[in-house]
Amino acid sequence: MFKFFKGAVAAVLLTATLTSAATAADTISGAGATFPAPLYAKWAEGYKRTTGVQLNYQAIGSGGGIKQIQAKTVDFGASDKPLTQAELDKSGLYQFPTVVGGVVPAINIPGVPSGKLKLPGAVLADIFLGKITLWNDPAITKWNAGLNLPAMPITVVHRSDGSGTTFLFTSYLSIASNEWKSNVGASDAVEWPTGVGGAKNDGVAALVRQTAGSIGYVEYAYVQKTGIGYALVASKDATWPQPTAAAFKAATAGADWANAPGNYLLVLNQPGANAWPITGATFILMYKEQANPTKAAEVLKFFDYGYKAGDFNANDLFYVPLPANVKTMMRKQWAQQIKSGGKAVYTSPNP
Amino acid sequence: MSVETKFKPRFDPTDPIFRWVSFGAATTLLVVLASLIGTLIVGGWPALSEYGFGFFLKFKECPVGNNSWFCIDTPWNPVTDVYSATAPILGTIITSALALLFALPIAIGIAVFLTQFCPRQIAQPLSTAVELLAGIPSIVYGMWGLFVFAPWFAKTIQTPLIIAASQDPTSWFAKMVAGIPNGANLFTASLVLAIMILPYMAAVFRELFRSIPPQVREAAFGVGATPFEVTTSVIIPYVQKGMIGVVMLGLGRALGETMAVTFIIGNSHKFPKSLFDSSSTLASTIANEFAEAADLHRSALIALGLVLFLITFTVLAIARWLLSSQRY
Repeated sequence: MFKFFKGAVAAVLLTATLTSAATAADTISGAGATFPAPLYAKWAEGYKRTTGVQLNYQAIGSGGGIKQIQAKTVDFGASDKPLTQAELDKSGLYQFPTVVGGVVPAINIPGVPSGKLKLPGAVLADIFLGKITLWNDPAITKWNAGLNLPAMPITVVHRSDGSGTTFLFTSYLSIASNEWKSNVGASDAVEWPTGVGGAKNDGVAALVRQTAGSIGYVEYAYVQKTGIGYALVASKDATWPQPTAAAFKAATAGADWANAPGNYLLVLNQPGANAWPITGATFILMYKEQANPTKAAEVLKFFDYGYKAGDFNANDLFYVPLPANVKTMMRKQWAQQIKSGGKAVYTSPNP
Repeated sequence: MSVETKFKPRFDPTDPIFRWVSFGAATTLLVVLASLIGTLIVGGWPALSEYGFGFFLKFKECPVGNNSWFCIDTPWNPVTDVYSATAPILGTIITSALALLFALPIAIGIAVFLTQFCPRQIAQPLSTAVELLAGIPSIVYGMWGLFVFAPWFAKTIQTPLIIAASQDPTSWFAKMVAGIPNGANLFTASLVLAIMILPYMAAVFRELFRSIPPQVREAAFGVGATPFEVTTSVIIPYVQKGMIGVVMLGLGRALGETMAVTFIIGNSHKFPKSLFDSSSTLASTIANEFAEAADLHRSALIALGLVLFLITFTVLAIARWLLSSQRY
């Protein structure tokens, strides 16, 4: 009996030592958005190889990320949905973008090839409002003279889970249509006027594939990986850009980061003939006042590494890196904004 | 005459420790259960106090001039923070009830075959196969349902039914089969659920039938009853109460089933109006939305959890009571 207890005590002590060793200063922790999680994991792999510092990132969702950083259980939070300046000030937080992604309408219409169907924002909103119910509705055919659109009912497919993708998409529809804005609104989950819900990008893509005459929305990376049919959305300049990395980059470059208080910026409907209208960045949240300057510096160095060496990974995994000028701007902000006892924790390499 | 023992009870200092450790193990579960209920009530309280009874039963107003059954709808709006559990409660009850309806006769059939007719060489592998089915994780059923079963169902059953119904679009038949022909709906969710609870129910039914003393069965055959008569008039009545208990346990599993249903039910918070309508259940709504929910939305989801807990708890309590009053 006593032997058993001795063994148990030894085991507990051993576990305790191992855990404390793992949580030493050479680990940084973060939690939040699931969308950039694969990329952060890739960055962390490379960063650990070069510096020995390990990132512990939990992809628990944007809402959870905001909660965790407010509870100060992590060194940084991650969210697909930026906080407004007022929200940031309330908790003394600072936020910056890391990478860009976009949302693309996925379609499955017999006889209509991928990347040809043109939908202005207002028409897209009317489809998702359930006001346009047939593919050969004059509102759609007007923009698609060359396409043979069937007299087929439209099935709307949306996300069933709360998601940054839905937030971006509904925010865009709110810009494009007043009716959408007042009747439905923008959020990471909304009360959909019509349609069926699929879980995650896979669920939406599967339902679109299985339902003739359906339209849904998925992350750009998902279109690239699966080759699902997609539709074009009119840019602010009334052009029809293809959803490519270049189009998301154009939208991000055209965005006015310099005049966005607290970096609160939805990269939606940006000017530029090549700018994809439903583009959005994903954000990192950190406290402006840091108790542990070494750790805060370590976090910023990690994202500096992500900005620099990580571009390769971003392209590889179908994320879109930020334009160079935005990165420079963010590095400058880090030096100005994140402090410990009045001292900057990070020095910008090229001020 | 009694034998005097020379032994004195040996005192081991670890005895009381051992006793307290096992007492602790026994109470842990109760403490966990109590704190679970407490967490659900505390977490769901903001939503429950905000909406009151309306949280459980609340409908939207029909547009002016439309008073038919088909305009009935219930709110679930994270933007304006209006929530009602009506549609998920209904979706949960409909899918579970339908699943039971499909699974019950097949489960009884399997159990009767295994205990009455099956040659011993086949009985063992067949029983093992049934038990293996019960061990498949639910997400596997969900993925199979969405990627294999739903497309097949849409093509071979749903589309022909919809075409047949288009002859008379105002009939009740047409209204019952109305829906999007992609196989993600109440009906397919119920079928997948039925497949999931089937092995479990069949296995327990088999145990129940085996518990019947062989004399009872032999006596029935002895007076000249046919196998069908023996099954319906002797075997099933003998374990009736226990069978109801098994049905309730199956229902309990169907009510709480999450991932498979989430994949295939179509996830719409609308009030279900046809057999092929997309819908949602209490568990699927929580699984879908919890990660990104905040404030009142989160509280409403926890309150859904409380509702599910109460429903499942009631069903399981009835099941336990029926099973325990069964004589073996």
